[in-house]
Amino acid sequence: MLRGQSTRVPLDWKAAVLPQGQVYVIPSRCKECRFCIDFCPRDVLTLSTETNVRGYRYPVVATGKDVACVHCEFCSLVCPEYAIYTVEVAGAGVTP
Amino acid sequence: MTTLMAERHPSDPLFRADRLPHIWCPGCGIGPAMHAYAQALVESGIPLDRHVCVSGIGCSGRVPGYLNIDSYHTTHGRAIPFAMAVALVRPQLEVAVFSGDGDLFAIGGNHFIHAARRNVDLNVICINNFNYGMTGGQVGPTTPMGARATTAPYGNYEQPFSLPYLAAATGAVFVARWTSLHLRQLKQAILRAMKKRGLTFIEVLAPCPVGFGRPNEIGDAMEEMMLYRERCVVDHGAPLAALDIDLRQRDHPIVLGNFVDIERPVFDPLAMRRPAPEVEDHAPLARKEQEG
Amino acid sequence: MKDGPAVLEGQHFLLGDHACAEGALAAGCRFFAGYPITPSTEIAERLAHRLPEVGGIFVQMEDELASMAAIVGASVAGARAMTATSGPGFSLMMENVGLAAMMEVPCVVVNVQRGAPSTGLPTLVAQADVMQARWGSHGDYEIVAYAPASPQECFDLTVRAFNTADQYRIPVFVLADEVVGHMTERVVIPPPDAIPKVERKRPRTAPGGDGFLPFQADDDLVPPMAHAGEGYRVHFTGLTHDERGYPATNAEAHDRLVRRLVEKVRRHAWRIEEYEESQLEDARVVVIAYGSTARSARRAVAVAREEGIRAGLLRPITLWPFPGERVRRLAERVGAVVVPELNMGQIAREVERFTHRPVLGVNHAGGAMLPPEPILDTIREAATR
Repeated sequence: MLRGQSTRVPLDWKAAVLPQGQVYVIPSRCKECRFCIDFCPRDVLTLSTETNVRGYRYPVVATGKDVACVHCEFCSLVCPEYAIYTVEVAGAGVTP
Repeated sequence: MTTLMAERHPSDPLFRADRLPHIWCPGCGIGPAMHAYAQALVESGIPLDRHVCVSGIGCSGRVPGYLNIDSYHTTHGRAIPFAMAVALVRPQLEVAVFSGDGDLFAIGGNHFIHAARRNVDLNVICINNFNYGMTGGQVGPTTPMGARATTAPYGNYEQPFSLPYLAAATGAVFVARWTSLHLRQLKQAILRAMKKRGLTFIEVLAPCPVGFGRPNEIGDAMEEMMLYRERCVVDHGAPLAALDIDLRQRDHPIVLGNFVDIERPVFDPLAMRRPAPEVEDHAPLARKEQEG
Repeated sequence: MKDGPAVLEGQHFLLGDHACAEGALAAGCRFFAGYPITPSTEIAERLAHRLPEVGGIFVQMEDELASMAAIVGASVAGARAMTATSGPGFSLMMENVGLAAMMEVPCVVVNVQRGAPSTGLPTLVAQADVMQARWGSHGDYEIVAYAPASPQECFDLTVRAFNTADQYRIPVFVLADEVVGHMTERVVIPPPDAIPKVERKRPRTAPGGDGFLPFQADDDLVPPMAHAGEGYRVHFTGLTHDERGYPATNAEAHDRLVRRLVEKVRRHAWRIEEYEESQLEDARVVVIAYGSTARSARRAVAVAREEGIRAGLLRPITLWPFPGERVRRLAERVGAVVVPELNMGQIAREVERFTHRPVLGVNHAGGAMLPPEPILDTIREAATR
């Protein structure tokens, strides 16, 4: 249900604006469960190479994914640690 | 734009952020469920000062301690009668019981069925991770048949409860099941529960990678979450008797949904003394508080 | 039918159990949760009738575990709350008696004692829960227990129990017995403005600021109490906690907390302790008796006096804290100490702890009131020593 299979297309889809999000991470809280990475519908995130003070790697924006986040906020919802969120970038939305 | 580092989360004001990070294991499903509840607190439109969260003992029992609202972490199994009294004495408060499957349905099972029978004005949110997590993975009242636990080393031989079926049978006016992955639906269900008067029950299936996943060939929390994604079916009208769960039976769907949404008179110890049946407000002590 | 008043002013011919119920109402109790159990059921029945008359809440719970949890919940929400039970139910309540002690939640439990252990003698008297009242829940904590010897005291001491509970933020017991609970006598109830009332200490700062720590005690070792829904965003837990109420699971925090929970009562024991003395001025033999047994002891002392024996009576009204210092000073100047009680020597042991010498126990396991005769026999025996 996260990757919807619906074939229905909204009539005004060309008028829709796809928001762009900026990813924020609180590295010290992360426990490396990878939920945000694996459930991101745009595959925006990857694990850091560095670890936090407790030895966990944390999510960072993957190479080439700088503008891929659409601010769906699922990473923020699914993170068990409240260690990641996104903020909509004003005026940076794109039409499909 | 790359990753930006932050010190605080936008949801931090809803939590006692000075207590984060919390005690739960990596990949534990309680965190996302608590976040959904915390967001529902705000979106309910009810001021935070009027929300109360009560729990018993166990990993899920630690939830109130992280919430920036009036919160009470009581004894094992007794959250419901404690919370009932808070709701009766201060009917203007929105009282939730947030606890685990063992706390609410083993040691506290009697209190749950009687609170549901009475239709006490409480929102019960139950994290079901199929085992006793805090004590290290013992068998519990929701452990599937055959599943292994530290106190069921040869496999569980007891029939588990189907919690929505039990809740519906004992009288809950709203009964739902979601998971730590179905968070928008979970939040909507919590918001619906907050709108309703009477006993509401929401089961949240949640990974416990250490206590339940590891001995049951579920590799890690991610694998259990993937399992929810692949096998969960939303069916609000599913027959209540057909809501059994066995995570290990790969061909057996896990049915989610808002299964029950009915109206029933709300528990009111003063009901029989009220002059005329009141349509809206059955609140005990309401008269008294108006006077005082 | 017209509703009765909260305070049933005037003279009444009342059952001890009913007097407990009326005492609770007079003290402002507006929440009762309980479970039927002989010989305390009349308290629940009376309150089921009377609480709704004054806008209060009566709930018959599914068991005594829930009853005790409910009164703790009602109290954190600001109500004066009570339950009533007897031995088997008292055992179940011990779990949340500990919670009330740990969370510092004032509440009142009436235990109308019956024959025990286990189901014992449901309709017959005993006084064998004295040590359970003191030590029944696990760990170190202090409670207060009053032992009424008459329906009048059932009323008076239930009022006092609420005041003591609120003053020190502790669970308080009214440790009645079946004889007193089922005895009907004259009870005089004062007008409402003459009912003593000690208010719960409340936060002195407005909610929202950083100034208020919910478990930071004042000099009297008692922290002010914020109730649910007042905006203080409190956290209460049965875990060891710090002044913020946050779990603090370490040795230092634990010792600090438990020491305060114990000290806040011990330091004020001299104010809490109550006892009644009669004919002790010249006594050679002192009888120490409480509850219904004190009534028989009073008779035994009177007969002994007629026989020329210089006997006197000390009647502890608080069993906990036990008036041990008074007992110690008394024992220094009397020839013998006689302790009659309907158990195998529970308060006798406490007396010995203070007197450092054997006392003469007059013991029966219960089932009937201890009559004056065996007490008198023991006084006579003591007088010859």
